[in-house]
Amino acid sequence: MRARQPSDVELGRRAFRRRQGVRSVIISIVSTIVFAIVVWITLVNTPGWARVQKSFFDPVVFVEAIPRVAQGFLVNLRVLLYSAVGVLVFSLVLASLRTLRGAIFFPIRAFVAGYTDLFRGMPLIIVLYLVGFGIPGLRITDQRIPAEVLGTIALILTYSAYVSEVWRAGIEAVHPSQTLAARSLGLGHGTTLRLVVLPQALRKVTPALMNDFVSMQKDVGLISVLGAVDAVRSAQIEQSASANFTPYVVAGLFFILLALPMIRLTDWYSARLRGREQIGSIL
Amino acid sequence: MTAVLRLENIHKSFGDRDVLRGIDLEVREHEVVALIGASGSGKSTLLRTINLLERIDDGQVWLRDEDISNPRVKVDAVRARIGVVFQQFNLFPHLTALENITLASRTVFKKSAADATARGLELLDRIGLADHAASYPDRLSGGQQQRVAIARAIATNPELLLLDEITSALDPELVGEVLDLVRELKAEGTTIVMATHEMAFARDVADSVVFLDAGVIAEQGPPSEFFTAPKTARAQAFLSRFMA
Repeated sequence: MRARQPSDVELGRRAFRRRQGVRSVIISIVSTIVFAIVVWITLVNTPGWARVQKSFFDPVVFVEAIPRVAQGFLVNLRVLLYSAVGVLVFSLVLASLRTLRGAIFFPIRAFVAGYTDLFRGMPLIIVLYLVGFGIPGLRITDQRIPAEVLGTIALILTYSAYVSEVWRAGIEAVHPSQTLAARSLGLGHGTTLRLVVLPQALRKVTPALMNDFVSMQKDVGLISVLGAVDAVRSAQIEQSASANFTPYVVAGLFFILLALPMIRLTDWYSARLRGREQIGSIL
Repeated sequence: MTAVLRLENIHKSFGDRDVLRGIDLEVREHEVVALIGASGSGKSTLLRTINLLERIDDGQVWLRDEDISNPRVKVDAVRARIGVVFQQFNLFPHLTALENITLASRTVFKKSAADATARGLELLDRIGLADHAASYPDRLSGGQQQRVAIARAIATNPELLLLDEITSALDPELVGEVLDLVRELKAEGTTIVMATHEMAFARDVADSVVFLDAGVIAEQGPPSEFFTAPKTARAQAFLSRFMA
């Protein structure tokens, strides 16, 4: 049965689609090249291009800056790792607290609502200053708290507010009938949330969560304002030594390289979700 | 007289599963053809291939004199000539009943707002929902929604109407109003291909019954013969399960 020979009509259609495929690939390649050339020519012909090229894209400075910026970038990676874990845990707690029903929990719900309003409204850089210079001012310990740690705390505080709202949207997007069915089986509020609602919410909000993660990857660079010697700060040091801005470009490239795999992964996963929702149809 | 729709040797598989295995079918002008068969026999897939929502693996689909399975045809233009009503209505929830009906007339067929609205109101009147022109779908019952969906499908005077189990998602007491509307369409001469589980209705309205089994047409004929004296054993088994 598998060995059914396609008819001539079908073979003709396949050949036509193949040709169409080849044609569209060629068109896209040509249009990309033309576009790139136009952009390049326009840029090169701007009056100040020679100077900009010298101060932002100096190959010698570029190579010399790499070791120190890479060293600093390790700090960014460490902060990112701790922040990501911290945000995941803290935001889930916040979102779960917000689902609590009953008058007695009103203060908790109000606190969480106020918290997300506050930290979504406040610019990250201000949170960094408040945490970075405010917490040490409390004199909780005699030792100096490293800027890295303070930066991590500020990132967790800000991003948890965003991510908890993403969770909440996901929880609300799970149809109430699911909760109804779980409660009808005798599962409690917490168990229902943990075993029925959150697993479905996770699937819905994964693309949004990944997007927030990408966003956080680059905001990690802001901890340099607290004096942590990360990639951005290292680039600044290099820049003042060489009087050339190329080190910033180096640091920027590091951040892009870090973000790219995550961005691709997000796109791939979103496409897969979309594919699953419209099985078979070719619209 | 040429057929409105002609299927020749249609094959379609999903992965390893052969859903359609060589379907030949002809639908003449004003004819009502009922596709019946168990779930998974390929009824819905067949309807979707006619509307080019599913790419066939072999065979040809002719709409009048045009081979619409040819990849050179403009898919949207072909679909504009065919009306489809879905099992789940698929009305646009953000548009009123009237807007649902007039959408294609206004955008695809570039009718003036006045003409499209006049036609839409006339259709709403005909399906008995003149009072509901400004209602959104969530304010309508299932039967009302499905009648609006039918009006939406015929608003642009398609040459062929496809009905995909249009009563399967309805409460039993709402089935009648929808089937009555289909009966009226037949009386007006609309050419219809419908997948259905309503045997009594198929017997009553269809000019021809097509029994699909495992991706092939196992039996085909006028309803009077098919329902009273099915020739094949598979059709007999299917009908005895249904009539029991």
